[in-house]
Amino acid sequence: MSSDPMTPAEPNEPLRPALSRTARRRNQVIAVTALVAVWVLLWGTLSWANIIGGLVVAAVLLAVFPLPPVTFAGRIHPLPMLRFWLHFLRDLVVASAQVAWLAMRVGHTPQSAIIAARLRVNTDLNLTLTAEALSLLPGSLILEADRRTGTLYIHVLGVTSRDEVERFRRGVLELEARIVEAIGSPEELRRIRENPADREGVPA
Amino acid sequence: MTAVAVTVTVLLAVAGGLTLTRVIRGPSILDRAVATDVLLAIIVAAIATEAAYSRDATALPVLVVLAVLGFVGSVSVARFAARRDDNATSTTSDGSQP
Amino acid sequence: MNLDVVFDVVASICLVAGALLSLAAGVALVRFPDLLTRMHAAAKPQVLGLLLVLVGCALRLRTGVDITTLVLVGAFSLATAPVAAHMVGRVAYPHEDIRTDLLVTDELAAHLDRVADEREHSAPA
Repeated sequence: MSSDPMTPAEPNEPLRPALSRTARRRNQVIAVTALVAVWVLLWGTLSWANIIGGLVVAAVLLAVFPLPPVTFAGRIHPLPMLRFWLHFLRDLVVASAQVAWLAMRVGHTPQSAIIAARLRVNTDLNLTLTAEALSLLPGSLILEADRRTGTLYIHVLGVTSRDEVERFRRGVLELEARIVEAIGSPEELRRIRENPADREGVPA
Repeated sequence: MTAVAVTVTVLLAVAGGLTLTRVIRGPSILDRAVATDVLLAIIVAAIATEAAYSRDATALPVLVVLAVLGFVGSVSVARFAARRDDNATSTTSDGSQP
Repeated sequence: MNLDVVFDVVASICLVAGALLSLAAGVALVRFPDLLTRMHAAAKPQVLGLLLVLVGCALRLRTGVDITTLVLVGAFSLATAPVAAHMVGRVAYPHEDIRTDLLVTDELAAHLDRVADEREHSAPA
């Protein structure tokens, strides 16, 4: 596939370096830990039998269904992570109330818009997490994700003017910034800081 | 707690009825899939409310199964709807190919 | 006022609020004009409504085993709901009857044209 002339290479070329052996090992450890945690939660009690059983199940699962390589260069920052969750919960309540209000209003047909939002950090993980957070919020819905340019195409409910479209696009980029601050690497953080949400070029 | 249970039951019953009208009216199969998803969410809420009301956790594993498998229905409907006119959808799926 | 009563009251509020969100979703499903707007309505009981009901349930049951189960239910639902929504939305966009007269802007159409264009150019090679 040839590169798209409409989209400049900077600052959005995909960050997809080949995975080193240690990175792969670390991904496996994270996957095993998560699977064992789910297994123990399913049984409901923390015992050696459950942990060992979970390890066996996790090992078999990872051997039979290997995970796709995910580049996770950063590390978890607890405080920004907390900020992201609090902000997300607030957005969730506000958006749910707004959509409920739109549904109850008599004699009003809601308008909507389809918006392209170009993310600044084009990694699979960031694209996935941002898209996931957006589609969990009522009022925004992911229609298409372009992995090449790191662009999300979002259907937004209850938008009536171009101003609101721009405001929503800024909101998406702020959400991305919160996610990158929570789990991003220094390199990804630098990209976010160099391109603040209020002066962002997006494909026309 | 009984008053709460009755209120929730009435609310969920009305919600389920409205959702069912969308399942019946359609018009497209995707509308029905989305409405069925909502119906499933209402059923989950009803089971959880019953568990909370009677303080009886017997039904909770049902919720786990619904949470894991609930999305399979609409995903397979979406696949089926896409398969129906494969040529047209191949342009949209292009963007996410590696 | 002891702790049990407080828990029960909070649980009741959560359960009723969750049920109200489900009702709002039902109303929205009937009233909204096209598939994509209805999908927004569907996200509401699946996410916030479900979380509220689970919190209410956890506050009533109050035992470790049940709470871990409820945490799993919440985590699985939050992980799977966007998958279904994205699959349906992506199939829906170019094919189903989307009320384009109600769209303020459509930036995906230009993208799809561009992709189709590129495809045409690279096809003979």
